Amino acid sequence: MAPVLSLRGIEKSYGAVAALKGIDLDIERGEVLALCGDNGAGKSSLVRIISGAQEPSAGTILLDGEPVSFRSPQDALAKGIATIYQDLALAPRLSIVQNVFMGAELTRPLLPFLHVLDKRRMEERARGYLSRLSVAVEDMHRPVERLSGGQRQAVAISRALHWNAQVVIMDEPTAALGVKETALVLDLIRKLHAEGRTVVLISHNMADVTAVATRVAILKSGRKVIDRPVAGLDADSLAHMVMTGKEI
Amino acid sequence: MSAAEEAALATHRRIMLQGLVRTVGMLPVLVILCILIHLLTIYVAGEGRFLTAQNLSIVAQQASINTVLAAGMTFVILTGGIDLSVGSILAASAMIAVIASQDFGNLGVPAAMATGLFFGLVNGALIAFVRLPPFIVTLGSLTAVRGIARLLGNDTTVFNPELPFAFIGNGSLVLVPGVIAIPWLAVIAMAVILASWFILRRTVLGVHIYAVGGNADAARLSGIKVWAVLLFVYAVSGLLAGLGGVMSAARLYAANGLQLGQSYELDAIAAVILGGTSFVGGIGSIWGTLIGALIIAVLSNGLILLGVSDIWQFIIKGLVIIGAVALDRFRLQGSART
Repeated sequence: MAPVLSLRGIEKSYGAVAALKGIDLDIERGEVLALCGDNGAGKSSLVRIISGAQEPSAGTILLDGEPVSFRSPQDALAKGIATIYQDLALAPRLSIVQNVFMGAELTRPLLPFLHVLDKRRMEERARGYLSRLSVAVEDMHRPVERLSGGQRQAVAISRALHWNAQVVIMDEPTAALGVKETALVLDLIRKLHAEGRTVVLISHNMADVTAVATRVAILKSGRKVIDRPVAGLDADSLAHMVMTGKEI
Repeated sequence: MSAAEEAALATHRRIMLQGLVRTVGMLPVLVILCILIHLLTIYVAGEGRFLTAQNLSIVAQQASINTVLAAGMTFVILTGGIDLSVGSILAASAMIAVIASQDFGNLGVPAAMATGLFFGLVNGALIAFVRLPPFIVTLGSLTAVRGIARLLGNDTTVFNPELPFAFIGNGSLVLVPGVIAIPWLAVIAMAVILASWFILRRTVLGVHIYAVGGNADAARLSGIKVWAVLLFVYAVSGLLAGLGGVMSAARLYAANGLQLGQSYELDAIAAVILGGTSFVGGIGSIWGTLIGALIIAVLSNGLILLGVSDIWQFIIKGLVIIGAVALDRFRLQGSART
């Protein structure tokens, strides 16, 4: 079976600066791929290209073996690739339900020509998504700003579930979180993995990577230098590989 | 009942109560204000003059135009914007209503509303497509449309003593002859509130309005056409200002481009803010706006009944607005902590 997402010779330059110098990367269905590298290695550029926020300067993207181009993040989302951004892209003052269904609300017909919001169904479904992720929140109408960092990640992931995203890209999901919340987010990633969804995890935290990732790709100066299974690696050796760009 | 069930029920009750507090909002302030003014009229004049059928009908009438403007303002402020031009648009629309009625009778009504809609669309297009800040755009149209309103009547007052739709401003919908009659102005205001409630709370467009105010970037990322939402809210605000123009013209049989609607935008904004709608966008309700508009109308009416001078009315109204919002802020902070 073709990889869910394949990158072939992806290049990206900003003026004279080449951020990506020909990246080949296959993302297999159902794996948790960690994308690592120092600042400036090209992780963010690569994520922006996969998520549809930017177009590559050269190279092709294959989705299920078919060449695609993402015109925008909405376009990528509609094609099954959801990105959960560092700044979360949630609306903090709006409720859980409103955030989960933003832009894809459920409706029911009131009159033949008039559809109204199906609030009950949205509330039930939102509750369902969160319980699938083993996150217990009573009030689906609570504003997202009153949730903990990990619960917010769960809301963002629920939105990806609602869009039935096959690939979920998570950009530094644990960067601003404490120990307990980090554990919650890692659990969320395991849940997605268990559901058979593909996760691309961008992280600086090698302990997180070894905890949940199945494979790791390390970028250095715009090139992929290492691409290998995580099994058998510990956080220290991984950190060493990110620094040196060489396998141990 | 098991302990777990009881706990669940208790949480459910707490959630219901929180929802109620959020919905009711400033209603207690309105009720207290009504009772206080009524008692004060007894103290000052020897008889209660506020809570009478006749006076309440007057209050409803006085609140109606501001309610209509404030409903449009609620749409705008929910997206995190502001519309300073509603008073001027009201004046221009009222001028069109009277002038058109002189030759075309009732067609003055749609003409005035089309005028309001047009100016609202211009505001919306500048904000949605040219991406200018709402404050700047509507500050500009506050001045420019005021000029247009004066231009329309060559800077004079236009009259139509035979105004065919004058019943809107002066007649009442009689429900029980001799007992219950609701001024048409109040009926229109209520209809506007109900329609706004339906759009904001029951339709996809409504949640998109909240989403744009909640986080425009997130809204855009989830495929919401932010430009369409912005165009819509400013168009609604303009359209309702046009309706306000019709109501105003119908009440006066006349319109004046210079004086009509002066500083109405401030009363509309005050009503929205009193109603608990947040300036940053994404939070608020149309019922709050109705209560806010009623508080302003009750206060004006009560101060007149009590014989308070015009100068002090301004001072008291301003202080009440600040005080009421401060109170609301404290209450919200309190509930957030628990």
